Amino acid sequence: MKHLNGYLKTGLILTGFLTVFIVLGFFWTPYDPTAMDAKKFLAPSLQHLMGTDNFGRDIFSRVLKGAGTTFGIAVATVAIGAVLGTLVGALTGFFGGIVDDVLMRINDALTAFPSILLALVIISLLGPGKKYNVVLALGAVFVPSFARVTRTAFAGLRDVNYVKSARLMGASNSRILWVHILPNTMNVLLPALTIGFNNAVLAEASMSYLGIGVTPPDASLGYMLSEAQSMLTRAPWYALSTGLTIILLVFGVGLIGEGLQRRSGEVS
Amino acid sequence: MKKKLLAILLLGSLLGAVLTGCGDGSAEQVTEDRSAANELVVGIAQDLDNSLDPHVVVAAGTKEVMFNVFEGLMKPTSTGDLIPAVAEDYTVSDDHLTYTFTLREGVKFHNGDTVAAEDVVYSIARCAGLNGSEPLVEALSVVTDVKAVDERTVAITIAEPSNEFISYMTTAILPADYDRQDTAPVGTGPFKFVSRAAQDNIVLEKFDEYWGTPVYLDKVTFKIIENADSLVMSLQSGAIDLCAHLTSTQIDQLGDDFNVAEGTMNLVQAMYLNNAVAPFDDIRVRQALCYAVDKQGVLDIAFDGYGSPIGTSIYPAFGKYFDESLIDYYPHNVEKAKSLLAEAGYPDGFTMSITVPSNYQPHIDTAQVLVEQLRAVGVEAKIELVEWGTWVEEAYVGRNFQSTVVGVDASNMTARALLERFTSAYGKNFINYNSAEYDALFEQALATYDDAAQTELYKAMAADLTKNAANVYIQDLADLVAVRKGVEGLNFYPIYVLDLSTVRYAD
Repeated sequence: MKHLNGYLKTGLILTGFLTVFIVLGFFWTPYDPTAMDAKKFLAPSLQHLMGTDNFGRDIFSRVLKGAGTTFGIAVATVAIGAVLGTLVGALTGFFGGIVDDVLMRINDALTAFPSILLALVIISLLGPGKKYNVVLALGAVFVPSFARVTRTAFAGLRDVNYVKSARLMGASNSRILWVHILPNTMNVLLPALTIGFNNAVLAEASMSYLGIGVTPPDASLGYMLSEAQSMLTRAPWYALSTGLTIILLVFGVGLIGEGLQRRSGEVS
Repeated sequence: MKKKLLAILLLGSLLGAVLTGCGDGSAEQVTEDRSAANELVVGIAQDLDNSLDPHVVVAAGTKEVMFNVFEGLMKPTSTGDLIPAVAEDYTVSDDHLTYTFTLREGVKFHNGDTVAAEDVVYSIARCAGLNGSEPLVEALSVVTDVKAVDERTVAITIAEPSNEFISYMTTAILPADYDRQDTAPVGTGPFKFVSRAAQDNIVLEKFDEYWGTPVYLDKVTFKIIENADSLVMSLQSGAIDLCAHLTSTQIDQLGDDFNVAEGTMNLVQAMYLNNAVAPFDDIRVRQALCYAVDKQGVLDIAFDGYGSPIGTSIYPAFGKYFDESLIDYYPHNVEKAKSLLAEAGYPDGFTMSITVPSNYQPHIDTAQVLVEQLRAVGVEAKIELVEWGTWVEEAYVGRNFQSTVVGVDASNMTARALLERFTSAYGKNFINYNSAEYDALFEQALATYDDAAQTELYKAMAADLTKNAANVYIQDLADLVAVRKGVEGLNFYPIYVLDLSTVRYAD
């Protein structure tokens, strides 16, 4: 095991800490996250760690649940983006030629759209208000960036000696692609995954912020933040607690990505 | 990566800046200048229709503004009555088929011309489609003939007797054969149109030759600000003086410079139930939901206590038909709701969906509270957000929904506009309400010309809706208007208008 640098350590601790809370939120929250039992706009206290919102719901419980939703959407989004993106990137990078040209130009075209706009278009085609639609839309938006990263890596490794010798030994293309080259692209792929995750968290937040993510009364960090903004002066703790949670989540994973990149000796 | 961290830090500090509040500039200077010039700036949340032609306009938000520019033969008052405007008086023939209007002397259009009988004939004929085209105003398609008896008298004949006809005579009177109504409207109202910049503003000025009480303000600018937060900031910064239809949260941020006037939106907000689909085809289930819902609770939780509870499809501003005893016909009673559900065969409750148009936050908020209240009696409700277009197509026209939270308004100031929609044969009876008694009452009401007797019939119809628990009635939303201190005289109407003719700066 290589040495864990400071970035990686801090990132892992922070993310681990948050993950514990998120997992906890799936099984237990101090209050029912949709129950409107308490007084409205209570300031943070020992009873309500983050205070209550405009319906008298416990914000801490909602943040726990909402972070889970956001985390889930982000993981699923990155999974879709990474699998499809790696597939496209690997094939185009390895084989090159006309397929490469065509797919990469499509890729360029997709990248040219602002990603949120593209996701909005996809959502309006799929119909709003369903959680998996958000995942599909965001996943599709994340394909191009992964494809580009992996294509570069695969193209670079196409003609290195161990690939040549594997080919001389009669290894099939798919074996070369997935067994020989893929593991060696991990130093590029892993940081891309963490950056992708962060972008997905922020994208989910922006989508819900625009009112097309989750359906109320379900919570997600983005949706809560959009609710909170109209109450900034009345209940600043609402925006602060949700906003800080997003920042911590993104920050922690961002540190991991930075740490991974430094460990592999490629500081960007 | 570094860039991203930096961006996050910047975001954090920005948030800090917002929370601590920015300096408030010279708001007072700006508003004092306006006060001295006797000008008012009004914020509105949406752009006006492309065409400003009053016979073509569809959006309530446009009618609300143009109410200040146009008048009909009759004009609604803030108490819900009709008073003569362009007309001075009218008589109805004994067979209730011919209305003879005497025009008021010396009423002028904004272009300086005097209103003549031919202008009235032109306007009514245009709306009724008598010149061969489609009727522009559906309600006026009952007009079969309109003619000028002399310079100051117009006779209008309708196909069959109608109690509501006179209320349709609020339709704007326009100068004959003037063809630029859509961009440079000309009417007879207390304010005249000056200019319009699409998506930005519309400017009105005092009309000096107005026949009635002159208005106080010299100039009114309606500023279009679509973003809810920008609206609040514009009020705070002094860019606008008056803004209607605000939420209690927005009001809360305004501070001491404003008075808040509370009117009603004149909507019937309810959880409308599709009476034709299970389990809502069972009256006991519908009644159970009525008992399960705590109206005051909805108002307290989602609307800071603002709003007026209702018990049927009549809103309080319709004083003539509003029956207060219906509000608490189903008092909040969880036990009663549970036992009714058990009786109907749902001892453990059921699951249902609430369709809500995603562009109406008050309805979404209401639905969220309803979900909680229904859970207390074992009913698991799930909110389905749909776009407005989808809602109209699927729920309203297609009647493909279980329940939906929306507000229904009246297209004109008649009980018929609110109640006819639930007669079984009516094309837009989207809740599939089917009550033979209700239909019979409506037939009788249509055939009754005595106002008092007709009012009783309409009231009986409203009570029928309550007793059969047609819908879970909730409230008429509060219409909160922020008015800068020093500005006074705003009146509320039982219809959706913003009348500025009485608004003035206090000395």
